[in-house]
Amino acid sequence: MYSEKVIDHFTNPRNVGEIADADGVGEVGNPICGDTTKVSLKVENNVIKDIKFKTFGCGAAIASSSMLTEMAKGKTLEEALKITNEDVANMLDGLPPQKMHCSNLAADAMHAAIENYKNKNASS
Amino acid sequence: MREVYFDHSATTPVHPVVAEEMIRYITGNFGNPSSMHSYGRTARKAMEEAREKVSLGVGAGPEEIVFTAGGTESDNMAIKGAAYANRNQGNHIITSAVEHHAVLDTCKSLEKEGFSVTYLPVDRFGMVSLESVADAINDKTILISIMHANNEVGTIMPVPEIGRLARERGILFHTDAVQSMGKIPVDVDEIQADFLSVSGHKFYAPKGVGALYIRQGAPWLPIRHGGGQERNRRPGTENVPGIVALGKAVELALADMKEESSRLVRLRNMIINGVMEKIPHTHLNGHPDKRMPNHVNLSFEFIEAESLVLSLDLEGVAASSGSACSSGSEKSSYVLSAMGVPKELARSSLRLTLGRDNTEEDVDYLLEILPAMVERLRLMSSSYKDKH
Repeated sequence: MYSEKVIDHFTNPRNVGEIADADGVGEVGNPICGDTTKVSLKVENNVIKDIKFKTFGCGAAIASSSMLTEMAKGKTLEEALKITNEDVANMLDGLPPQKMHCSNLAADAMHAAIENYKNKNASS
Repeated sequence: MREVYFDHSATTPVHPVVAEEMIRYITGNFGNPSSMHSYGRTARKAMEEAREKVSLGVGAGPEEIVFTAGGTESDNMAIKGAAYANRNQGNHIITSAVEHHAVLDTCKSLEKEGFSVTYLPVDRFGMVSLESVADAINDKTILISIMHANNEVGTIMPVPEIGRLARERGILFHTDAVQSMGKIPVDVDEIQADFLSVSGHKFYAPKGVGALYIRQGAPWLPIRHGGGQERNRRPGTENVPGIVALGKAVELALADMKEESSRLVRLRNMIINGVMEKIPHTHLNGHPDKRMPNHVNLSFEFIEAESLVLSLDLEGVAASSGSACSSGSEKSSYVLSAMGVPKELARSSLRLTLGRDNTEEDVDYLLEILPAMVERLRLMSSSYKDKH
């Protein structure tokens, strides 16, 4: 039911973990099925220098988090904000339909992390 | 890579002896049991021999066995047939919250037809108590349906006690024995069942065949209508190869049930004890003793079982989880919820169900690969942060 890319990202996930001195952190959960994804960012000159994730969820949730971090690394914040959950799913050659709503949260978590970064910088 | 099948509660491979027996009724002896000629007579003879074997397997008379297409059909026939035949006596049915969907959804459909259903709670081990059944009975109660063993957590219910109570109160009793048949003794007189459902593919017969025991004289109405087969109880040309296979599978299961079940208990306990010892933050779901010989259900904190099922599959081990993503619905299992297992733990529950083909080496392999898998997923998990 999963594409080869999903299996690859599930088996060898990229950028797992938490950045200790992160510039922005975002955590998103689906209240119905309970998946949660946490993304932390390091931002330099408006560019995502480093990004890491931690996910509680199924294979699709882990793979989409891993794919998102690959897609976002090196992007400007404006570019990164344009990445949607659907884009992540497409880069994984698709996800099973029942996984789209609950296990594909990584882009939302990153958007929350960027928001968090912006709020911090606005107040300081 | 080693291949290990640990999902025997989902389905089993057809036993080679069963396959050999049934194929003779697919290719050569293809007759319709209703035909008068020799083809028909050969098929009928084989079918009646199978009926004899199945009836011996549950301690019934052959005329009390009706062949069906499997567990779901048997459950539907038992519950609806009993409800319709007794609607003048009352409209109340008692079942449990942890029954298979074949029972739960049949009851729900009867609710739409004016029946009222009590779904009994279970304790933390998944057990229905005799007291709760007794308390739920009212003067409108016509049927009690409680499963023999639970498919998800393997808990064995006190069905002989419930059956006795039902008999004393003059209420019909159905038990879904789909998980227990062929693995532990199933006896309709000991259970005092009026109806008992069986499914072939759970014990080495093929998919698409099962049986329903209907006690002689039990008030019951057929829910299907047609050409009169199975004494009008389940009309339709009989699935002769499947029926022959079912008979053979029951015979084989009875032949070494004691030895096989103690072998499985040993392997099962090796898994439970091994996992609990090697992997911290792990919980056993279901009853510690009153559980099926082949059934393991464990929750691993901080991870979702589907990821574990996927990891195991990539290493050649077939297992299953109670949780499944279905559109917009709760992922955790209704059985574990009814047992009061917290949502996070319910979502992390892994089911391993053993069978004839499993060996000690299979268990060793599992215990060798599982700890690292769980650790890997935990390190990735957003809920594991402060716990190590």
